[in-house]
Amino acid sequence: MPDSDRRVWTKKDLVGMEDLSRDEIELILDTAPQFVEVSRRESGIKKVPLLQGRLVVNWFHEASTRTRTSFELAAKRLSADTLSMAASTSSSVKGETLHDTLHNIEAMNTDVIVLRHSAAGAPHILAKSHASHIINAGDGRHEHPTQALLDAFTIREHIRAQRNDPTANLEGVKVTIVGDIEHSRVARSNIFCLKKLGAEVTLCGPATLIPPHIGHMGVNVTYNLREAIREADIIYALRIQLERQHDGLFPSLREYIRLFRIDSDAMKHAKPTALVMHPGPINRDIELSTTVADGPRSIILEQVSNGVAIRMAVMHLLVNSGKRR
Amino acid sequence: MSMVIKGGRVVDPASGRSELADVRIENGVVTAIGPKLTGEEVIDATGCVVCPGLVDIHVHFREPGFESKETIRTGSRAAAIGGFTTVVTMANTNPAIDNAGMVEFVNRRARETACIKIRPAACATKGMQGKELTEMAELKEVGVVAVTDDGKDIPNSAVMRRVLEYANMVGLPYLAHCEDHDLSKGGAMNEGRVSTVLGIPAIPKAAEEIALDRNIRLAAITGAHIHIQHVTTAEGIDTIRHFKAKGVRVTCEASPHHFSLTDEAVRDFNANAKMNPPLREQGDIDGIIAGIQDGTVDCIATDHAPHTPTEKEVEFADAPFGIIGLETSLALTLTKLVQPGHITLERAIALMTVEGSKLCNLDAGELKVGGAADICVFNPDEEWTVRVEDFGSRSRNSPFLGERLTGKVKYTLCEGKVVFPLSD
Repeated sequence: MPDSDRRVWTKKDLVGMEDLSRDEIELILDTAPQFVEVSRRESGIKKVPLLQGRLVVNWFHEASTRTRTSFELAAKRLSADTLSMAASTSSSVKGETLHDTLHNIEAMNTDVIVLRHSAAGAPHILAKSHASHIINAGDGRHEHPTQALLDAFTIREHIRAQRNDPTANLEGVKVTIVGDIEHSRVARSNIFCLKKLGAEVTLCGPATLIPPHIGHMGVNVTYNLREAIREADIIYALRIQLERQHDGLFPSLREYIRLFRIDSDAMKHAKPTALVMHPGPINRDIELSTTVADGPRSIILEQVSNGVAIRMAVMHLLVNSGKRR
Repeated sequence: MSMVIKGGRVVDPASGRSELADVRIENGVVTAIGPKLTGEEVIDATGCVVCPGLVDIHVHFREPGFESKETIRTGSRAAAIGGFTTVVTMANTNPAIDNAGMVEFVNRRARETACIKIRPAACATKGMQGKELTEMAELKEVGVVAVTDDGKDIPNSAVMRRVLEYANMVGLPYLAHCEDHDLSKGGAMNEGRVSTVLGIPAIPKAAEEIALDRNIRLAAITGAHIHIQHVTTAEGIDTIRHFKAKGVRVTCEASPHHFSLTDEAVRDFNANAKMNPPLREQGDIDGIIAGIQDGTVDCIATDHAPHTPTEKEVEFADAPFGIIGLETSLALTLTKLVQPGHITLERAIALMTVEGSKLCNLDAGELKVGGAADICVFNPDEEWTVRVEDFGSRSRNSPFLGERLTGKVKYTLCEGKVVFPLSD
């Protein structure tokens, strides 16, 4: 691990990419490969004792299968005890404050709390006043830091392979994100992360789904898909929530598909080396055609596998190096 | 029994007085202002400003219905701590103040429990539903000083027009909360750079400006006096300036938090920085200050809006809108407007006393011989730290907790009685 003594992890929590330095991001990315290796062990024993005896609680205020499963698997492969809690309502609806709910969970002597919440800032508020390590597994439209980290890791692996350079990084890599930026925590975290790593980010989607002030985040915006993907090394499609159509944010799926679907026609305008990503779950043939999703340029399933390794790396760093109050 | 406030600088914007003088009070009335006065009881005001008791035409005291947030008693104590002796209470209680019986209830609670003067506003439409007019003539007879559906705008422009026509006939101002509710729906903060980064559903400035523009145009065709509450945008100030110059009867207020903080205060998801209309951007602060300087802004009002810690310590999007402001209003005005030289001390006091009083015909905010001894004594140079323990409000939802401010109230007198420092 290069420069490992210089880059020491000290943070108690992982609440967002906005709070991480480039060094911290790279430290997480550099910690992940050993955990990729754990998951691929031929011996069949896909487990390390780094979090043995620790309690990781997955506290999900919003439905999620992939992220919750990925965190649960990551914790189990680190030998932690895990517990999943699903709560569909917010604290206020139950008449509790957010802190009340967390105090109840912490009373079980938790070490790590993985929090998915529909309200932006929920993990940030809790991280400030609670002893457990808090990992943000998605807060409203705000951030989804482990998704951005696994995406950056996946991109970096491919850049390194393409360039046959094991030290290559994301400097100058062109990433185009297509779809509903406004409601996407994946987009926000990816923008923070990719910009910090030196990548160039272009956004594309219907004007009604691109926040008017997003330019302040240092990204390019275009409403023309061909133009957006022409130079891209990575084409990143976001899930389009079907209910947005009924909110009047775009006229029809038909028109969305005509303008913004990543399909083989669109891919003719991309570079031959361009790769396609998606945070899942895919609306097949809406934001992404089946031929592209299942085609040779898709690295979507690698994102999923890398997700477990990244989450193992994050939990390991937080618990074994992070400061705890 | 006579009392003399000695050695202070007496500032009374209504008469233009600003000089070192003593003030004598007998039986709740000011009986002399001048040098070397004597009395049985003496309040030492050396180094202090002695001015009319402050006036705030926009507060929420939550009684009846939300007594865990505030009551008329606790709200009046917060006001006394802040130097206020007259406030106009908003009508969005539960039940809402939309008939004479409810006004009588507020008047009775004020007589029984308040240490300062409570002048109620009433709803302009029944149940604040934005549909049917309230009985404004009778409301005025029982002491209502303004009508308002504060907290909401009246969505239907035809209803709004009738409200203004009728209020004008009765001789009551309409206090307008300007908001296009379709455009602001779901929003929790200002739409801009910060909301984009935080991913918080946001309220564009246009939601306020469109409604403000509509409301003023309706005032123009009806001849009614419309008072725009808590203006937050530079464009809104420009619009008001434009229509004032054309002779439309429009006035407006600025709230201390809107000229003190930007939406950056929301960065750490602090629900105590969440109010409606929301904190805007530096250019808007500059616009509001320019409006204060050139007289476009008529007065300063807090929109004191208490909410319990339990209600506020939830997810940012779920927290209710509103912050308290009575205890910090004078110090913020002095710190943010007078200290940097934007306006004079005398003008600041005018904005916090007689100017607001004039808008609602309160007959308050003056310090004159023969007038009620409603007086605020404050040290304009004393620095202090905003602390929960010093609040009189039942709530603590202030974004200024921990902040160092300049200008400390030393005494508040209401009809000659010392109401701050609090006696209990």
